[in-house]
Amino acid sequence: MQQDTQLTEGIDKDLIVGEPEVEYTTLNLGPTHPATHGIFQNILKMDGEKIISSEQTVGYIHRAFEKIAEHRPFYQITTLTDRLNYCSSPINNMGWHMTVEKLLNIEIPKRVQYMRVVIMELSRIADHIICNSVLGVDTGALTGFLYVFQEREKIYDIFEQICGARLTTNIGRVGGFEREWPEKVFQLIEKFLKEFPKVWKEFEGLLTRNRIFMDRTIGVGGISAERALSYGFTGPNLRATGVDYDVRVMSPYSSYEEFTFDIPVGENGDTYDRFMVLNGEIWESLKIIRQALDKIKQEPAGVYRADAPNVVLPNKKEVYNNMEALIYHFKIVMGEIDAPVGEVYHAVEGGNGELGFYLVSDGGRTPYRLHFRRPCFIYYQAYPEMISGSLLSDAVVTMSSLNVIAGELDA
Amino acid sequence: MDIVLIEKSILVVIIFAISLGIAAYSTYFERKFAGFFQDRVGPNNAGPFGILQPLADGAKLFTKEEFIPTNANTFLFILGPSLAMLTACMTSAVIPWGGTLEVAGRTISLQVADLSVGILYVFGVVSLGVYGIMIGGWSSNNKYSLLGAIRAASQNISYEIAMGLSIIALLMVASDGTLSISNIVNFQINNYWLIVYQPLGFLIFMICSFAETNRTPFDLPECEAELVGGYHTEYSSMKLGLYLFAEYVNMFISSAVMATLYFGGYDVPFLADFEASLGHNLVTILGTLFFFGKIMLFIFFFMWVRWTIPRFRYDQLMKLGWQVLIPLSIINIVLTGLVLTFVK
Repeated sequence: MQQDTQLTEGIDKDLIVGEPEVEYTTLNLGPTHPATHGIFQNILKMDGEKIISSEQTVGYIHRAFEKIAEHRPFYQITTLTDRLNYCSSPINNMGWHMTVEKLLNIEIPKRVQYMRVVIMELSRIADHIICNSVLGVDTGALTGFLYVFQEREKIYDIFEQICGARLTTNIGRVGGFEREWPEKVFQLIEKFLKEFPKVWKEFEGLLTRNRIFMDRTIGVGGISAERALSYGFTGPNLRATGVDYDVRVMSPYSSYEEFTFDIPVGENGDTYDRFMVLNGEIWESLKIIRQALDKIKQEPAGVYRADAPNVVLPNKKEVYNNMEALIYHFKIVMGEIDAPVGEVYHAVEGGNGELGFYLVSDGGRTPYRLHFRRPCFIYYQAYPEMISGSLLSDAVVTMSSLNVIAGELDA
Repeated sequence: MDIVLIEKSILVVIIFAISLGIAAYSTYFERKFAGFFQDRVGPNNAGPFGILQPLADGAKLFTKEEFIPTNANTFLFILGPSLAMLTACMTSAVIPWGGTLEVAGRTISLQVADLSVGILYVFGVVSLGVYGIMIGGWSSNNKYSLLGAIRAASQNISYEIAMGLSIIALLMVASDGTLSISNIVNFQINNYWLIVYQPLGFLIFMICSFAETNRTPFDLPECEAELVGGYHTEYSSMKLGLYLFAEYVNMFISSAVMATLYFGGYDVPFLADFEASLGHNLVTILGTLFFFGKIMLFIFFFMWVRWTIPRFRYDQLMKLGWQVLIPLSIINIVLTGLVLTFVK
């Protein structure tokens, strides 16, 4: 609309009779298009390069996780959460464990909470690495992406040492971890904390003050704080608009209230602000990991799970050698232990926003109803509004910076 | 007469082979440099250090299935890449690749054709190049291809203007009344290189060369993130190969033109002093080698830029072309005129 008025500016209004004749093109951006980084369809109504309006289709990889979860015992649902936002699976895992712990009312030892913080912040860094470097790729700068992708591999090495998996981690258990972290893990984390800042500085140097990158992202795909709030934005996308809402601070979990860190916020809510907020969060995450490692050292060593034998799966070694452990193992796996009746909501600050788990239990071993509050689903609803009137290139960049992950969008 | 024809034919074959060879190996070096810039190895399996990679790529593209979309215009679909390749190869005819060789009492010029309209010829052929892209993009009957073709056409037309204007200023300094390229090189042999007289003009010309060859940051016609493959989305097998190859030939020719017009062509300072001791032919060959060295530097620069910075958006690219480069090149002309009038 804005551009339309510009076109007729300075022309005598009486001379314009009727509507100008325009022919629009329909362009299918997706379901399989290199820019979508997943499978979702955008049907764009285009006037040349300009997007007039667009329509979104979701559900191309809908796997009915919420329904599947109703038939699975709690400890088996963790693997479903892996496949939501697969760029930061550990956060999803931890969120789910904490939700179940809230329902079961288990007290988690401080050391385990700090260990969880380390895991979550590491995966936040991994998530932000992907989002920001892929934004670089979508603007045409491939090199930075390859620089930092290597660092993400190092984070995955850490996860691999802890749980044996890299991408879909299934890390930890309800009540803590399945085993004590090997010493190697702490060494790897220390090494990462030492080496990563240098690489990330280099990456930031490539893009943050690059004139072309700034021109491509400043004022592109912006959304106001009011609109963002009314859509239900959370996480970096909301913080980019200037609202300092962070679940870690607003309703702390896993002892986040004991950590000191800043919440980076933007001003205009545009692509550049989102990029800068994510950059800032990476530095804050590094600070948090450092603090958490110090706190772990002060806690009694060797504590890696809650003392709640009726819900926490015992060690395999104990199962084979200890009568009680064998009994509990049997009862937990066979579903003999009922969860209490009730409903809980627990939210964690995921890689791209507030990831919530709404769990209703009617007793028994499986949830009665489980709902994932998936931030991507909310962002994607605002996407048509954010790109209408902009150019095709802007749409691609906007989608990239919103960090919409197909797995989480479609659940 | 006949012997001249034979000489020129040999020269044409040699130049053709060299430009194709360099273009082929540009693809290899591009990938090697990309590897270097990105902390990885690059192609290293085909032959020692992967130097047979271009041949392997060529063989692969030749043996791929020929695929023409059902609703594409078959004739134009085939014409597109052919035209792109043809125009890319035509420019090399007027570039002076070296001085003269003396063989069996005959003096042979290392330039295929010393046209008096040499520069206009270069521009004309380069302008034709966009037809290859446009026809290919349009005849594919694919919206992404069409968008890529539109972008290519408008981009090339816009940047040709600034390019032409920057050349006008250059001619004001160097021309003796014709547009012959060898004449411009001779001027640089007798005076300083033209980069000294025309630094701003060179900058404009270089930026326009990036746009004309569709290289980053002006690679909008084929930007993968938005347009899948741009104008060559629907192309496969060797037809795709020709498009990709034409880009590298264009890059080579652009580098050659830049080296010729602004960096003295085959001129090497003080090399002429050794003519007595080294002999005329050796000096000519050395000059030609230095010329290729200059070309390589430019090709390296093209690649360096590609793997470092992001690309423009369509409207920003147009803005840069029309609102920055064209006014700048006009200012350059005026400045050059003033300096020529008052300083001389």
